Amino acid sequence: MNFTLRVWRQKNAREKGCLETYQARDISEDMSFLEMLDVVNENLVKDGIEPIHFDHDCREGICGACSLVINGIPHGGKKGCTTCELRMRNFADGDTITVEPFRAGAFPVIKDLMVDRSALDRIMQAGGFVSANTGGAPDANALPIKKDTVESAMDAAACIGCGACVAACKNASAMLFVSAKVSHLAQLPQGQVERVERVRKMVARMDFEGFGNCTNYYECEAVCPKEISVKNIARMNREFLKAITK
Amino acid sequence: MSTVQVSSGPAQTSSMVLSSSIGKKLFMAATGLFMSLFVLGHLVGNLQIFLGQDQLNTYAQALKDLPALTWSVRTVMFICLVLHVWRGIQLYFENRASRPVRYHVNATVQASLASRTMIFTGIGIFLYVVYHLLHYTFIVTNPQYAGLHDALGRHDVYSMVVLGFQNGWISAVYVLAMLCLCYHLTHAIPSFFQTLGLNNDKTRLRFDIIGWLIATVIFIGYTMIPVAVLLKLVILPEGGM
Ligand code: FES
Repeated sequence: MNFTLRVWRQKNAREKGCLETYQARDISEDMSFLEMLDVVNENLVKDGIEPIHFDHDCREGICGACSLVINGIPHGGKKGCTTCELRMRNFADGDTITVEPFRAGAFPVIKDLMVDRSALDRIMQAGGFVSANTGGAPDANALPIKKDTVESAMDAAACIGCGACVAACKNASAMLFVSAKVSHLAQLPQGQVERVERVRKMVARMDFEGFGNCTNYYECEAVCPKEISVKNIARMNREFLKAITK
Repeated sequence: MSTVQVSSGPAQTSSMVLSSSIGKKLFMAATGLFMSLFVLGHLVGNLQIFLGQDQLNTYAQALKDLPALTWSVRTVMFICLVLHVWRGIQLYFENRASRPVRYHVNATVQASLASRTMIFTGIGIFLYVVYHLLHYTFIVTNPQYAGLHDALGRHDVYSMVVLGFQNGWISAVYVLAMLCLCYHLTHAIPSFFQTLGLNNDKTRLRFDIIGWLIATVIFIGYTMIPVAVLLKLVILPEGGM
């Protein structure tokens, strides 16, 4: 398969970037989007051009390192897929594909397609620790939790923190990410001690980092590679309401 | 990742709660709720036009005779309207500023058109409300209405409304404003439940449907009046005014 790529190139955080056009030739339809970029990069290196910088790590959809906004959609728009899982067969031969970095004021571009997503880490840190008893490991099933609760907490915990929700949100809001983290712990007995403080602190940090306000577009949910539901945002709103009326 | 020094964020006082992103949502939801309730109440009042001149004028006179009630409702509505509009515009710009460099290719996967046009439908409603108040409430645009009185000497609201809507332009603008209002509500009503944290996967479709139902009822209810006037189903009382 052959593609024309329009890729965002930007030397560093200070310099202005622009879209550059490259050709991707002889790409196998079974390649992932990142493997396709690897091939393009190899050719760029051969031609003495600086390769395209992008984030990646596990390349199996579990680490949340890969990003990219592909034709306007973070992770390329295949339901439940990260960019590293997206295969080239999802495009038509001859397509022109535009690749941009995740855009948000809170995600400054480092270089080309790499952005600094440490704002998300700082929100996690603001959330703080979970109190746990010291001593031996607790016996299995010593703490019974309802099946539905476990499932729901696990669904929230599936968030890999990639930041696609922020990139997709027309307000660059981080509500889906933060709500997934809040919902994960708020539903489990281990998360109860710091429950009220956690939501206050994480929301305060989220606002402090300069993310936008949620206006219920639900674009976040549509692009989330882990298909995390916006019901978690409702839960966080509820948790926040409880926290401020306490 | 290197360790990052993190303060737990600013201390929370109640004013900070309101300035938090979720606080702003709650604020928009609360002011929006009051105004929506008013819209429903106003509709019940207006529909009395179909019961004839005497009924509508009696109702209007009854409201006039309760100045404490009407003026407190007007005051609350005025405050809600100003704050809702002011905050809404502020949020619009704040949210745009959260993405200083914009995408070259923009795509929308599932955000509804109503959700993406809230600021425009909102401004449309606001402008209409200003005109509507000048037209019917404070009788500035058509001062001749002020002299309308019925047989009992009451202000003839009935004839005022009929005369107003006999003008095709006024009716057209009115219907357009109702479209803005109801489209705004199709996103506002489900959002209200989401913001209050009452939503989940099971209720989601239900709240969407409730939003559309309420919006449709309001649209039909209000629009029926100019349509009935233009179709001459509601006419000026016998023997003129
Ligand atoms: S590289 Fe790890 S999720 Fe894509």
